[in-house]
Amino acid sequence: MQESIDLQDTLNPYKSEVRDLSFYYGDFNALKDINMVLHEKKVTALIGPSGCGKSTFLRCFNRMHDLYPGNRYVGDIILHPDNVNILASDVDPIEVRMRISMVFQKPNPFPKSIYENVAYGLRVRGVRQRAVLDEKVEEALRDAALWDEVKDRLNQLAFNLSGGQQQRLCIARALATDPEILLFDEPTSALDPIATASIEELITDLKDKVTILIVTHNMQQAARVSDFTAYMYLGELIEFGVTDTIFIKPKNKQTEDYITGRFG
Amino acid sequence: MSKSDKLTEIRAIIVRHKRWDLMFMAVGMFALMIAVLTFTVLFAQMIIDGMPRLSWDFFTSFPSRRPGSAGILSAWVGTSLVMLVTIAAAVPTGIGAGVYLEEYAPKNLVTEIIEVNVTNLAGVPSIIYGLLALGLFVYQLGFGQSILSAGLALALLILPVVIVTTREAIRAIPVAIREGSYALGATKWQTVSDHLIPYAAAGILTGIIIGLARAIGETAPIITIGAMTFIAFLPPSLVQTEFPFLSFEWLTSPFTVMPIQMFNWVSRPEEAFQLNAAAAGLVLVVMTLAMNGLAIYLRYHMRKKIKW
Repeated sequence: MQESIDLQDTLNPYKSEVRDLSFYYGDFNALKDINMVLHEKKVTALIGPSGCGKSTFLRCFNRMHDLYPGNRYVGDIILHPDNVNILASDVDPIEVRMRISMVFQKPNPFPKSIYENVAYGLRVRGVRQRAVLDEKVEEALRDAALWDEVKDRLNQLAFNLSGGQQQRLCIARALATDPEILLFDEPTSALDPIATASIEELITDLKDKVTILIVTHNMQQAARVSDFTAYMYLGELIEFGVTDTIFIKPKNKQTEDYITGRFG
Repeated sequence: MSKSDKLTEIRAIIVRHKRWDLMFMAVGMFALMIAVLTFTVLFAQMIIDGMPRLSWDFFTSFPSRRPGSAGILSAWVGTSLVMLVTIAAAVPTGIGAGVYLEEYAPKNLVTEIIEVNVTNLAGVPSIIYGLLALGLFVYQLGFGQSILSAGLALALLILPVVIVTTREAIRAIPVAIREGSYALGATKWQTVSDHLIPYAAAGILTGIIIGLARAIGETAPIITIGAMTFIAFLPPSLVQTEFPFLSFEWLTSPFTVMPIQMFNWVSRPEEAFQLNAAAAGLVLVVMTLAMNGLAIYLRYHMRKKIKW
């Protein structure tokens, strides 16, 4: 028995498993009994109409809801390979956030220099040596396809960058700490089409390094960047599967209606 | 009614209504002028009376029975030292309390009651703070009628201002910045010390300066705790030649401050002392205006530098 599970894991490695997850904002039941998986080093997209709970779901992965009172999780999100339930009350949300990074809807660089923005996650972890910081900052900026544009002005204020550059800076900031999962919450909704294209390209490149979960309101974006897609509606997971299948041959009528633009 | 009749009527109504516009403009302007002109006249009178007395000697002389050789040395030194104590006491406590209320305090009834009270404290008459300081600092804690007691009394007075501006400056920082910090694994304290306080610094500083500008002119609490009106010596020096080079003896020294020196001169019968009072008043007003100007500059500068 044990052997067969191990075998299955190597064939189809999961980075994370969501089991019977429900979430409450006070009395409001925002997520209902969600079960799905994140495949290692793949991009999984969450789609669905506004208010369906996709951002709420994403923010469970780094326990962002713990910042505000009255929020409650039920169920598990298991993180592999160590099989820890990151929603368990004895798991420190800070530990979870150190393992799982997040990129927000609107670029939110700190009013610090470009260098300090990328280095902040490392500084939080107590890294002090300049050489280590320099190396990690450069690596993260290269991974975020921003290095060539900013290498001569690392000490300038991050606010001087364009919107698309700021978002790539936020991606570099999230990458600098070698996260196991990278969460994207509608990362291109505040950007123009050209900046959007460069972020999408970046996401595709990044999946060699990290498992990605992305919320998007843009179905074409989900189709372009993701390997797996989950369709959510009113807090429920309606359908989850390989992106091509979801978009070409959805099993569920509701999913089909949404994807073909009959509502949403 | 023909079409042209209707038009005439409409025009008449408009003219009538516009008369009210004009009327309010006149009343408003008059009200504004009362405030501006009164201050301008008072200030001009003070300049005319006081300006001739302003000289280097005026700043470097002790008060004297002869108005011509009297100066404000002990007063401005006293005011500066009292302000130093006020800053040292009010800045850390005010920022600490503001940050706690905004970021750490649980959102419940007790916090709400405290918040309302802190705001109300700003409206408590300053003499009440004087009485409190007399009972607590002067007698209970035995600090005496000293610079320390006065500085702490004024610190209490401006604490609500510092707390409220600290909270407002921190609240102005977008949630996205906080979440960005937490999402990287920062603790609450790391978020507060690496982000919130530095980004709110200009706003907090503005609050401190506005508070100090109020404290510098306060007379009632200082009289209540018993500052002397005639002081012809300086407090012990802040620095000394032997280790540890800093001396804190000045904290317990008797003192006087600018407004009290003014009050003393105003209450003298001789005309010449009135001129001294005007000169001291001029110095005080310029100090206050300069502080407010600095606060405005900082606020403007901050808005330009950090745009959320």
